Amino acid sequence: MTKDECKKVVLDIIADIAPDEDLSNVKPDVRLRDQLQLDSMDFLDIVMELRKRHGIEVPEAEYQQLASLDSSAEYLTPKFNALAAKS
Amino acid sequence: MNSASHYDVAIIGAGMSGLAAGIRLAHFGKKVCIFERHNTVGGLNSFYSIAGRKFDVGLHAMTNYVRPGVKGTPLGKLLRQLRIERDEFALCEQKQSRIAFGPRGETSLHFTNDFAVLEAEVAVKFPDQIDGFRRLTALVKTYDDVSLDAQPVSARQVVRKHLTDPLLEDMLFCPLMYYGSATEHDMEFGQFVIMFKALFLEGFARPLEGVRVVVRVLLEKYRQAGGERRMKCGVQRILAREGRAAALVLDTGEEITADQVISSIGAPETAALFAADSQIPNSEFQITPGLPASLSAIASATAGRLSFVETITILNRQPAELGWGSDTIIFFNDSARFDYARPDAQVDPRSGVICIPNNFDYGPGQALPEGIFRVTCLANYDRWARLPEAAYQADKQRWFVDVQRSARRFLPAVDDAVLAAAVVTTDMFTPRTITKFTGHLNGAIYGSPVKHRQGRTALANLYLCGTDQGFLGIVGAMLSGISMANYHILQKG
Repeated sequence: MTKDECKKVVLDIIADIAPDEDLSNVKPDVRLRDQLQLDSMDFLDIVMELRKRHGIEVPEAEYQQLASLDSSAEYLTPKFNALAAKS
Repeated sequence: MNSASHYDVAIIGAGMSGLAAGIRLAHFGKKVCIFERHNTVGGLNSFYSIAGRKFDVGLHAMTNYVRPGVKGTPLGKLLRQLRIERDEFALCEQKQSRIAFGPRGETSLHFTNDFAVLEAEVAVKFPDQIDGFRRLTALVKTYDDVSLDAQPVSARQVVRKHLTDPLLEDMLFCPLMYYGSATEHDMEFGQFVIMFKALFLEGFARPLEGVRVVVRVLLEKYRQAGGERRMKCGVQRILAREGRAAALVLDTGEEITADQVISSIGAPETAALFAADSQIPNSEFQITPGLPASLSAIASATAGRLSFVETITILNRQPAELGWGSDTIIFFNDSARFDYARPDAQVDPRSGVICIPNNFDYGPGQALPEGIFRVTCLANYDRWARLPEAAYQADKQRWFVDVQRSARRFLPAVDDAVLAAAVVTTDMFTPRTITKFTGHLNGAIYGSPVKHRQGRTALANLYLCGTDQGFLGIVGAMLSGISMANYHILQKG
């Protein structure tokens, strides 16, 4: 999986949990919280959906890795690739 | 019918909070079952039919309404968490509501879903209080009311720091208390904030077809997520072992197990299910009358005292055609001070709430087919609970007349004969009805005055959601189920 594909995975999840947000201009290097109205309940949902849809585990101590699209891609891409290599 | 004997999570009660918790858990792959004693869902906010006519229970209006695009409020949070599209609830806004105080409602404050209307009313009717009112509003806006570990503070004390006119103080408390307070005379400030936002800063709305629309959406989401439910199958006992809920005994006598249990039936009602469990006779479900003395004592220690009667009048025309205007909800009180407490008499008709469901803005060409006029007043459970049937029916009829007479003082005058000719049918519920259909001790709609924000109980894997967790109103109930499912189960992986 590429980092761009990984960003799309995260954006798809956000689109489902927050359908009232406009995601057409999300800046990858800016914190999601600063450009979208997402609260802690929403971030929990991003984590939960990653587990449900993709089998990716994000421990609570590492939630801040999901702050922006760029940081999410840095953090998640190796996890996706490790998972793909295993199967 | 499903008949598995082990679940990841068992939920007691298919009200708004239980359904919401169930949707969250099932969506994230938990094997969940909701056990509901009755044959309908919705709990306190349900509906029933008599002679083909559908009546809503509970719901006058859904509070917490905000328009599309307003984010970060309870309604938006719950729609997101439950993956519900806004349009599915088909909410229609109120037209206008009113708080009317004095023997004939001489002092009134109008309000709508636009907070500026209430603010302007306060400025005109209470000019020396408006600065304090604005300070109070600012405090409400910044207060963290959903904190799960806030310390209780008296709302009366906090409000009096900002408002010095007791009439205005009472007028603001009246709607907030009637729509959610389990506490007599005062409220916990966090609860006041929740209600102030829900009613004044946000607002009222309703689907044209009433609460059943909301219930239908929740049920469908729950079903789609793979949740199970067993109707006409309550939980009779919780078997406690080593500080945990080890098993649930159902009304059928069957025993099931679950890793975790969420109860929406109230704190004392839940405690009664596992306290001294060996003493509970394995008989037909009965709440107070059949409860062993040891359990009655435990339960009454924290059970709520506030109950209500409601009269429902079905009219053959829109209430506005009778001359009753377009007010949606009217909170009334005729006395020098507003007395929110269990009355000594069966009913206290001095104050109450009028609801005219026809007066929501359903859009062009859309209207309820019949007129509906509902009046709610405070009532005393004990004075209704033990009446022989004949006396019960006679007292209902007598109070029906008194409640309506009292409420009509706050509406434009309509000739008795004209009103009588417009009446198609009537119904009335009492504290006894509430206990029968909700299981709440003392007919206490809003549950115990003692709330358990974190939802913990004496058993490690048994949690509370709903009324006694402490988020109020229908939206609050759903958020309560969501919060407890997240906090105790989903966040723990």
